[in-house]
Amino acid sequence: MKRLRLTVQLLFTIVTNGYMYGFLNGKIYRGSLKYACVPGLNCYSCPGAIAACPIGALQALLNQKGFQIPFAALGFFFLFGSLLGRFVCGWLCPFGLVQDLLHKIPVFKKKKRLPCHHVLKYGKYAVLVFLVCAGSLFLFGGLAKVPAFCKYLCPSGTLFGAIPLLSANEGLRSQAGGLFLWKLGVLLGVVLLSIKIYRPFCQYLCPLGAVYGWFNRFSLVQIHWERDLCTSCGACERACPLALSRQEISRSAECIRCGQCVDACPEKCLRFSAKR
Amino acid sequence: MRFWKSGRRYAWAAGALAGIFLLGIGAAQGQLAVIWKKAVMICLECIGIG
Repeated sequence: MKRLRLTVQLLFTIVTNGYMYGFLNGKIYRGSLKYACVPGLNCYSCPGAIAACPIGALQALLNQKGFQIPFAALGFFFLFGSLLGRFVCGWLCPFGLVQDLLHKIPVFKKKKRLPCHHVLKYGKYAVLVFLVCAGSLFLFGGLAKVPAFCKYLCPSGTLFGAIPLLSANEGLRSQAGGLFLWKLGVLLGVVLLSIKIYRPFCQYLCPLGAVYGWFNRFSLVQIHWERDLCTSCGACERACPLALSRQEISRSAECIRCGQCVDACPEKCLRFSAKR
Repeated sequence: MRFWKSGRRYAWAAGALAGIFLLGIGAAQGQLAVIWKKAVMICLECIGIG
């Protein structure tokens, strides 16, 4: 399962960031695929991106003059969320893949969670409400609205958008200033933390994870637990990289459906399922 | 009881249909064009310049 997941993650990242001309020339794709969003956190300013980022799309709609309900962005959230839930985070998100790879670096002693996890896990909901929604509407931009999450926090934008663009485009490089340094600092913090903690950005800060977490209980893709076969050996809980309990696996808003519990179960009482 | 159980079983389908419906409303209001316009320009704010 681990190898299959890594293959899917790599393939999906390559396919959704496959505009090679952009990487070579410091430009971005301008075709009609960008009317649609990819399911994961994938900056649309990445030179290779062939579709839009759902959080960027939500902010773009909230940044318009006046107030409009962002139906299109909500539509993408409902569609991806109802079908996949946080399976998107575990299998399809490019920034999730980066954090997974960083966590494999054998440097620090690995930990599943930060101290005060039970409080910090609500950080992603705060980011969604205050930075993505309220920030885009009025907090930081005043009358000139700004995409506050992208501007001040998103490390995926720095990694997939800023760094490749600034390396290939000299004009842009000369304009980078304090804000870029701030975002570079955020990225560096997430990178270092990812080596020690499993997916810290997904667990504590990602607004997309907060949205998909809400759909986890009833999404089509589930991890089914055959209660009658379970011997309560605890192998699934030990294998879970997010330290979820047996009852929380799959149904919790935190479960990213990585499938490590499915692999670990000796009784095969956990399995991916399209039914509840 | 059975109604709620079967209702929860198909909640994903209702959610997906709601998603398609919301996308339709968004498209009709020109919101997909707004997303496209934002996505095809280099977002200076997103890359830490603007």
